[in-house]
Amino acid sequence: METPEQIRDRLLARFPGATVTLVVNPGASGQHSLLLDPANARAIAVFLRDDPVLRLDYCSNATGVDWPEKEIVETTKVSVPDPAGGAPKIVEQKTKRIQPGYLEAVYHLYSMALKTGPVIIRLRTGNRTDQVALPSLTPVWRACEFQEREIFDLYGIVFTDHPDLRRILMWDEFKDHPMRKDYVEPDDYEWEPTAHDEVLVRAKAHAAAAAPAPVAPPPAEAPQP
Amino acid sequence: MIESPSSPLAPLAGAHVRAVHDAFHGDLLEVSMGPHHPSTHGVFRMMVTLDGETVVKLKPVFGYLHRNHEKLGENTTYLGSMPYTDRLDYFCSMTNNWAYALAVEKLAGQAVPDRAEYLRVILAELTRLLNHTCLAGFLLQDAGASGTPLMYAFREREKILDLFESLSGSRMMCNYQRFGGCRVDPTPAWFDAARRVTEEYPRFLDEYEALITGNEILMARTQGVGRLSAALAVSAGITGPMLRACGVDYDLRKAEPYGFYSRFEFRVPLGDHGDTYDRYMIRILEMRESVKILQQALRDIPAGPIFDSKAKIRAFRPKAGEAYGRIEGPKGEIGFYLISDGTGNPYRYRIRPPSFVNLTVLEDMCLGHTIADAVIILGSIDIVLGEVDR
Repeated sequence: METPEQIRDRLLARFPGATVTLVVNPGASGQHSLLLDPANARAIAVFLRDDPVLRLDYCSNATGVDWPEKEIVETTKVSVPDPAGGAPKIVEQKTKRIQPGYLEAVYHLYSMALKTGPVIIRLRTGNRTDQVALPSLTPVWRACEFQEREIFDLYGIVFTDHPDLRRILMWDEFKDHPMRKDYVEPDDYEWEPTAHDEVLVRAKAHAAAAAPAPVAPPPAEAPQP
Repeated sequence: MIESPSSPLAPLAGAHVRAVHDAFHGDLLEVSMGPHHPSTHGVFRMMVTLDGETVVKLKPVFGYLHRNHEKLGENTTYLGSMPYTDRLDYFCSMTNNWAYALAVEKLAGQAVPDRAEYLRVILAELTRLLNHTCLAGFLLQDAGASGTPLMYAFREREKILDLFESLSGSRMMCNYQRFGGCRVDPTPAWFDAARRVTEEYPRFLDEYEALITGNEILMARTQGVGRLSAALAVSAGITGPMLRACGVDYDLRKAEPYGFYSRFEFRVPLGDHGDTYDRYMIRILEMRESVKILQQALRDIPAGPIFDSKAKIRAFRPKAGEAYGRIEGPKGEIGFYLISDGTGNPYRYRIRPPSFVNLTVLEDMCLGHTIADAVIILGSIDIVLGEVDR
């Protein structure tokens, strides 16, 4: 099994225009990953699957990760010359910078033929609002079909060329993406518009139109949500 | 009933019948099967398009039990998710626990004592017996053999559940594994009981096979039904007995021996046809191999601690990083993907559910078969909706 560095070097030699970055995992597991650029991701995925050395024919896990915008405060030490002519003072300077947020799709690839793995590849979107499209890897590994639908459902990554991109766990009318870190659960979570309520509204309007008498009957109790 | 417009008593013949027949010919019927259909193993729905009785399109619909388990996992401590993994696949709480513990141990670089590793193998193989026995019962129930095979299976399942209960305090929601070992050390009496169950199991398997395996009706209903090619199974990430029924030799216990599986002698049964009968047969054969593993593990289990002395239970904060750990669950590969940001809660807590991924090919297997076969094919996948929907 090649190391992620070797795979990266081979990919860069094979795809000259592509950007492949090694994402180092500082944890104890030592599972490093490769960050691919979305434009070349599909071609690289096909290569990884068909390459005789790697033969990553099996995509075990595909999932999303949300990385919201983060404010990073960096402290740097700057020496300031003393105007009085003394020794320069060392002052700590704090600079704030905003690290832009993005959504990430992570794929854990294994080889069933060679019984090796994992090779982990990651794709990142441009931001979390309007540039959320990534190429679907379902045409390469069918195992991504439901898992990419789940990522679309819960994180809002739009996979281009996915054969059937619909919500899978939440209901179709649901608007938000609940696995995002900034998701706020609505207060009326359990409330659903039912035919019964609509009928009540129509009946009310009907009753109001039919009874011109100034002494209107007290309105019916509003349905409890 | 179609009545002739001229006379209600006139025999239906000629142009009128042909017109009615033509009007229906080639018309497709869309049937919503479920979510409360008893054959769907929970709340699961299949939008089936039928031409006559033949399935021409099938779209699985699920999510009725979705409670966003992964979000809950991100909002609680590492240990806090352990009892919740029991509720994923409620037949296999011991293997779910193990998969989660394994992923966290990878993340934190945590060692596990020998005795705990043996205990994990014993409990995982008991879980496999339990799960496959139930599956064989449910599959027969789906095929229309109402009651008897399922009750035979449940009788045996009860013996294993008794073992789990006396060890962990709970029949199904065991919450037994910990990061760095196990929770309770079994007594010698427990081991005796486990040995007794293991010894008696082959006799039950013989009895069950005499009842079921050679049954003509079962063969007629399952052989050649719901075939899955090895190439599609690999591409679609199918795992577990369903993959091995297609003849693909991939069992994590052999391919990537986690725990102490490399110490045991057992074989991996493989199917030839990838049909529903093979998927049933593989499970029966796997149970016989599980019994072998159990015999070896119960014989060889060493004395010693069951919990690593350096492991932290409270204030468990693995350093930043990520890990993906997976084991061979009874239903297929169950994996956990964890990202730590150095705090007490995981930044990302992801479950790779085997039955969710195995459902990918449900439509491919059902096309061209009758609606009654779709029920058996679904039954042979072995899904649990608690895990599919999470």
